[in-house]
Amino acid sequence: MSSRIAARFAALKAQGRAAFVPYVMAGDPDLDTSLRVLRGLPAAGADLIELGFPFSDPMAEGVPIQRASQRALAARTTLRSTLELVRAFRREDDATPVILMGYLNPLLSLGLERFAREARNAGVDGLICVDCPPEEADDLADALEAEDLALIRLATPTTDAARLPAVVRRTRGFVYYVSVAGVTGSKEAEADSVAPAVERLRAAARLPVAVGFGIRTPERAAAIARVADAAVVGSALVDEVAAALASGEDPAQRVLSLASKIALAVHAARSPAREAV
Amino acid sequence: MNAPFRPNDYASLPDAQGRFGQFGGRYVAETLMPLVLELEAAYAEAKADPSFQAELNGFLTHYVGRPSPLYFAERLTQHYGGAKIYFKREELNHTGAHKINNCMGQILLARRMGKTRIIAETGAGQHGVASATVCARFGLPCIVYMGAVDVERQKPNVFRMNLLGAEVRPVTSGASTLKDAMNEAMRDWVANVEDTYYLIGTAAGPHPYPAMVRDFQSVIGQETRDQLLATEGRLPDAVVACVGGGSNAIGMFHPFLNDEGVRIIGVEASGHGLTTNKHAASLTGGRPGVLHGNRTYLLQDEDGQILDAHSISAGLDYPGIGPEHAFLHESGRAEYLSCTDAEALEAFKLCAELEGIIPALETAHAIARLGELAREIGAGGVIAVCLSGRGDKDIFTVADALGRTL
Repeated sequence: MSSRIAARFAALKAQGRAAFVPYVMAGDPDLDTSLRVLRGLPAAGADLIELGFPFSDPMAEGVPIQRASQRALAARTTLRSTLELVRAFRREDDATPVILMGYLNPLLSLGLERFAREARNAGVDGLICVDCPPEEADDLADALEAEDLALIRLATPTTDAARLPAVVRRTRGFVYYVSVAGVTGSKEAEADSVAPAVERLRAAARLPVAVGFGIRTPERAAAIARVADAAVVGSALVDEVAAALASGEDPAQRVLSLASKIALAVHAARSPAREAV
Repeated sequence: MNAPFRPNDYASLPDAQGRFGQFGGRYVAETLMPLVLELEAAYAEAKADPSFQAELNGFLTHYVGRPSPLYFAERLTQHYGGAKIYFKREELNHTGAHKINNCMGQILLARRMGKTRIIAETGAGQHGVASATVCARFGLPCIVYMGAVDVERQKPNVFRMNLLGAEVRPVTSGASTLKDAMNEAMRDWVANVEDTYYLIGTAAGPHPYPAMVRDFQSVIGQETRDQLLATEGRLPDAVVACVGGGSNAIGMFHPFLNDEGVRIIGVEASGHGLTTNKHAASLTGGRPGVLHGNRTYLLQDEDGQILDAHSISAGLDYPGIGPEHAFLHESGRAEYLSCTDAEALEAFKLCAELEGIIPALETAHAIARLGELAREIGAGGVIAVCLSGRGDKDIFTVADALGRTL
């Protein structure tokens, strides 16, 4: 339900702070572990959760999320098992918005109406579809709207003023600003150049603006949290899964530990104490 | 199901959204959308500009070596005992395949757009070589993404690209073949939006690529048409071409689509066989989906994950197909047959022995279906097949398949 997203951003606004949005891949490295990650994220400070569903050909992803996708597929994760994961998470948490993020073909394969219905039943709140620009998104938007799911649009540094109205049309919940021209986890986002873009988007969409694609550290997340309504961190978190697997540690513990550090930084970013420094 | 949509004029497709019926479109990340729109506008402008066409024609004549001959394959015709078989000799083009037709058109467009860095993907290496060639000719840096598996099985072409000054970047993601190379090229483009032109080698990808590549390759079919009218005084009964992404095929087919009497026949690679999971026949063995910017037929599992294709021919080893072929398949205007690795090898040897022409393994797939077609159409009929590339690059693969060491 898209209302969870609105409620969460309203609460954050009242508290005067930005949201921390971790991105994790469903089924990375397996469904049980990723359920433990999901269940641990709200306590680690996640305000919303972006849950990737794997695709064999993730064209907008850098190496970390490509590998996460491969690990998830190797564990036989599908779009439907991703929805089951959300359903299991919802049994314990009915407030934290869950946004699915991925590519169009698995959605088409399941069928857009059927996906929307099953996603709503599972407790999903919105969807980010990387390879479905506004020009191609009417069918998807119809299906999601019918089930009160938010279609969250991506705006990028190449989105000019002429395209902006088309990009924000039919977007709900929030807008996602891709802060770098590049794949996920490659370049670093500069808060100075992000700030004016966030302002333009807020004015055009009249919705909160989340920023992602170039945020790896607590420091950078805090810098982004000062200028945007939410900071999304993905590649750095899925890299923790890879590191844990390599060293024989518990992936869930490592992901949640880094998530906690970033959450603290994001939540303190706009505090008066921080401002005074 | 609705009656398939058959346009009166196939030249009217794609529509303004880049669609051929339900296929095609522009399924790219938002970062690339403004670039794709810019390319569409730039290509429309160039297409309408006589000076662009004149420049392109000049290079096609003096650099590529067009028109390519239409050759009566007399001994192959006698061997099969049916319709007359003509070869459209695209393997005689500079760089040895049809790929250069498209590269020449796109490099002139890239220059016109002021782009200073060229990226390309390649499977067999033919498009990579053609891209490296035109980049050398115009002094532009060229980066070619190539699956690591293909780098290994197409070493001569990798060396050729290096000699031409291109950087070949092996891609190790996925199955390390053509689709992964295309993913990696898209990732490069997303990260270098200011100066980079993506020179796609086949009639697939987001609009306007399928239409643009088709237009640049249509010189094949147009010349074939003119040459047959001159030599035979008639149109062919059938035109035949191999289909991976489908650029030589759509170039051969398109000028004949409005001639309802001409059968249009594409040949997909069925690898170890259609009943195995090792083939590359997207139309025969796949279903519609979205990959690499377009909606088309894809090899995919029940969850919509793209499957690895297999073909002995690296150039056909792709789990998708250009969207116009998907449309021609559904509308019934074209027929798509298939050919296994083993059949392609036989046709490869036959063509070499009977005609003194070593065809590319890709091309051998089209040749392999000529026997049945020639007999079915019968003596007095005429078939034109696109001899899309020469087979020098494949001698190691073929030797390996025949159990010989070079």
